[in-house]
Amino acid sequence: MSHHIVEARDVHYTYPGGHEALRGVSFRITHGEAVAVVGPNGAGKSTLLQHLNGTLLPARGEVRIGDDPVTRDTAPRIRRAVGMVFQDPDDQLFMPTVLEDVAFGPLNHGLAPEAAAERARAALERVGMSHAADQPPYRLSAGEKRAVSIAGVLALSPDVLVMDEPSSNLDPRGRRRLMELLKSFEHTKIIATHDLELVVEVCSRVILLDGGLVKAEGPVVQVLNDEPLMLAHGLERPHSLRHRHPH
Amino acid sequence: MAHGGTVQRMDELAALESPAHRLDARAKAVVTFAFLVAVMSFPRHEVVALAPYVLYPVALLSLGGIPARWILKKLLVAAPFALFIGLFNPLLDRQPVALPGGLFVAAGWLSFASILARFALTVSAALALVACTGMDRLCAGLERLGLPRAFAVQLLFLHRYLFVISDEARRMRYGLALRTADGRAPSLRVYGSLLGHLLLRSMDRAQRIYGAMLARGFDGEIRILGTARWTARDALFTTGWLAFFAAARFWNLPEFAGRLLTGELR
Repeated sequence: MSHHIVEARDVHYTYPGGHEALRGVSFRITHGEAVAVVGPNGAGKSTLLQHLNGTLLPARGEVRIGDDPVTRDTAPRIRRAVGMVFQDPDDQLFMPTVLEDVAFGPLNHGLAPEAAAERARAALERVGMSHAADQPPYRLSAGEKRAVSIAGVLALSPDVLVMDEPSSNLDPRGRRRLMELLKSFEHTKIIATHDLELVVEVCSRVILLDGGLVKAEGPVVQVLNDEPLMLAHGLERPHSLRHRHPH
Repeated sequence: MAHGGTVQRMDELAALESPAHRLDARAKAVVTFAFLVAVMSFPRHEVVALAPYVLYPVALLSLGGIPARWILKKLLVAAPFALFIGLFNPLLDRQPVALPGGLFVAAGWLSFASILARFALTVSAALALVACTGMDRLCAGLERLGLPRAFAVQLLFLHRYLFVISDEARRMRYGLALRTADGRAPSLRVYGSLLGHLLLRSMDRAQRIYGAMLARGFDGEIRILGTARWTARDALFTTGWLAFFAAARFWNLPEFAGRLLTGELR
């Protein structure tokens, strides 16, 4: 049984206030794919991501991770397979030290303290943050916080990595490091972002969301190169594609 | 960027390594609780007999390498509450009491001094406990001592969200300061709106933090890395202090020491 396939079938979601955030979203993401979810502010990107680990449950339609539909009952199991990196690392880092924070997930999944610390150290090593293990998280720079929050998710050895705006608030160097890191992961990746250059470098496929609907879907170059489509949905054609000459 | 706040500083202190930090959280919690009970159980005019209890917070702080200045500052911040509680005692309770040396004061002054002494003792002991233990370890320890899990988790969240709210409040105050003409205090209406926003924002953030905790498998049980093991040292720490508190409660140690010095005791 593989947990690497992520599928949404006609997902609807309305917020308690009456705002219809998702109005029938469907897609299928297979093993090892890196997919970007793009779209203007308020398109429903974050709402969609929250459905992938059962933080929100669809009002209609369903989300499947591998063979399991995401429901209240399966959510705890789904969350082992789907690692979620939040938009604001401060929301995710709440333990007194970096090491304890990264070990939070493994401990909750029943690992003994020594094994959890071992896992946490390996995950910190993976993102290049071993030196900060004993520091309190709020002392770190934005880029370091991001790296640590990714380590916290990696420590759970998920099959799928879901990220909400991973490059926001990062300086260019931090962003460059993040992109290299993301490229080095073999997980299935789903990344919601406005950073279209990151999409060009890291992802292979794009889902364009607007008004709670999938407006376009396809290979990165094909979708992002479509200038009228991009402009119609509050986006723009990335510079790197403009200057890319086919030889 | 969040730095410098009380809660963060407390977390930093709690991350130190020291003999006091290495003690089991349960030992420190039990001893501190006994300390509070002992200090609060004295009759209301008692001042001198409270003196030996200073030893406990002082010992914990110095063992833990916690700067005394930090505790003193916190005490000062909280002092007005204690001052106001005891403020009218000297006026209301004017029965004269003889002091050693032949002076007389109103009994109210004694109870006022007693309130201040108890305040300083209990608050510094509680702060020392948290600073030498860390809220997460303390909560995990309390849970293992039999505190219902719901309470332990509530306590932990209170600590987390305090930091969250103070952070939001600081940002909002900064935003307000930037848009306020200097010298003029904003109206009450502005403060009302500010507080409302603060509440909404903190609730949103609390929701997100909780979501992040769930995403990493949180199920209501607090688990921590440091394996707490009850050692002989913890047993010694606990029994030693409990015995001391009991002794200081039942015998007036300072008076005893005084009589010893003046040779009255035979």
